[in-house]
Amino acid sequence: MLKQCEGSHAVAEAVALCRPEVICAYPISPQTHIVEGIGEMVKSGELKDCEFINVESEFAAMSVAIGSSAAGARTYTATASQGLLYMVEAVYNASGLGLPIVMTVANRAIGAPINIWNDHSDSLSQRDCGWVQLFAETNQEALDLHIQAFKLAEEISLPVMVCMDGFILTHAYERVDMPTQEQVDAFLPPYEPRQVLDVNEPVSIGAMVGPEAFMEVRYLAHAKQMQALERIPQLAAEFKSVFGRESGGLIRSYRTEDAETIVIAMGSVLGTIKDTVDEMREAGHKIGVLGITSFRPFPLVEVAAALKHCKRFVVLEKSLAVGIGGIVATNVRMAVTGMGLKGYTVVAGLGGRAITMKSLTGLFEKAGRDELDPVNFLDLDWKVVNKQLEREREKRRTGPAAEAMLRDVGAVAARNY
Amino acid sequence: MFQVRIHGRGGQGVVTAAEMLSIAAFDEGRHAQAFPSFGSERTGAPVVAFCRIADKEIRLREPIMAPDAIIIQDPTLLHQVDVFAGLKKDGYILINTTKTFEQLGLGDFVRDWHPERLCTVSATELSLKHVGRPVPNVPLLGGFAAVSGIIKLESVVMAIRDKFSGKVADGNIAAATEAYDIVVAEMREALTHHA
Repeated sequence: MLKQCEGSHAVAEAVALCRPEVICAYPISPQTHIVEGIGEMVKSGELKDCEFINVESEFAAMSVAIGSSAAGARTYTATASQGLLYMVEAVYNASGLGLPIVMTVANRAIGAPINIWNDHSDSLSQRDCGWVQLFAETNQEALDLHIQAFKLAEEISLPVMVCMDGFILTHAYERVDMPTQEQVDAFLPPYEPRQVLDVNEPVSIGAMVGPEAFMEVRYLAHAKQMQALERIPQLAAEFKSVFGRESGGLIRSYRTEDAETIVIAMGSVLGTIKDTVDEMREAGHKIGVLGITSFRPFPLVEVAAALKHCKRFVVLEKSLAVGIGGIVATNVRMAVTGMGLKGYTVVAGLGGRAITMKSLTGLFEKAGRDELDPVNFLDLDWKVVNKQLEREREKRRTGPAAEAMLRDVGAVAARNY
Repeated sequence: MFQVRIHGRGGQGVVTAAEMLSIAAFDEGRHAQAFPSFGSERTGAPVVAFCRIADKEIRLREPIMAPDAIIIQDPTLLHQVDVFAGLKKDGYILINTTKTFEQLGLGDFVRDWHPERLCTVSATELSLKHVGRPVPNVPLLGGFAAVSGIIKLESVVMAIRDKFSGKVADGNIAAATEAYDIVVAEMREALTHHA
């Protein structure tokens, strides 16, 4: 049924349709509305046979999720930013133990400086933790990916993060097509665990493994991600047959036929990029877009194939690998090794900096003329940066940098408008 | 695509107004996208929310920098925030005030604009009268349906029923309807006066 609602609400409803048995989460912006929504459904009885567990921290949230998933319950949680970092030890354990937990990450920047706005630093910091990471472009896709995520996670026994842009998607009201319970039940079978803690058939989960088998167990995690690489497109096709729409998959191309320049990105910024590309196409630029939905596993072969006929690619990412440049860009460069393509990294939108069509148009035109640097920072205020660098050259006791730079931009408090 | 920016203060229902506007447009079968300015909102602090309305899927995610219409829920913001930033020439302006544009010091700014696109309504008083609380957001939506013509009053009423129930919904519907009538009269007068 079509409805106009908040992204968080759409996800809460979709998760409820997946019949979760245990929900545990600790509130943190911009994820809070999702878990609040599910909490209300549990309390009102709308969501039956589900235990909502209040926990005292994100570390506890993931620890409870591990316990309930090991006991054979379909388990869901959600977090963002510092909350994700706080649960990291348990995040690695969840994947290491092969527990199919589904977690929404409402993507948000990581401090310091503290910032509640959107970028992809949080989930990308966990790129090697063994979880599958799927990125939603719209609220419709966020909703759909959660339904696919439970099926994928449980089939291959690996946890899945569904990443959606904090605020930009979670707090946006837009049209979504909410599936029926019958549709979700037809797509998602009951959870059949590979391993389960059962008092009648006692087992232990979480053995210490020494050098004799550690590499083998770890390799298994990699092998499972390679299985996910095969399953993700199949699941998207199965999803389409039940729900009638395209959602998920590994990658998605837009107007890339005959494109000389291909812009690569993840998440909601793809919409703004597509609008920009439409305008530039009208002006005669041969430009297209490649959206990456599955960041982990990373679709190396598919990305290489999608870029085969272009001259250059621009990776626009909401993340910064400090000391090298881009995170997504590094992965894309791995995919195109030996193809002789020009590649540019653009770090954009950190901490909620708006990514506008105007800035993108200028950027892509520059890319088309091969005038970009290897690593670029979209709309960076160089004046403010250089002023601080100069202060630090001139004087030892310059004091806290963030405070000084806020004064330089004339802000009395954090704002993004 | 029609783009609306709503300015107000934390506690006045700025974000809710944008959401309801999007629901009203959706009820008319259109695509709509509403989102807040994502600040750390506090009661009384300036707040901005946005709404886009279109006949096809809205993919754009940038803040609205060149709005077709502005709703100002608190006229004291005129001295604090550049509320008109980027507003298209001859755009629609609706202000919650008992004063006129001249009295607010905006006479020169809107000198040669379509006069029927510049409206005021004392929405705070209307909400006090009908709802018993100073929440101007919903009556302003009624007024906005009149001045912009982009949505129908009936759709605003449907959006109110979607967000509220019982007496609160009834009171807000009465306030929105009265605001609608006030603005319609104001527009008629502006046109007559102008002609």
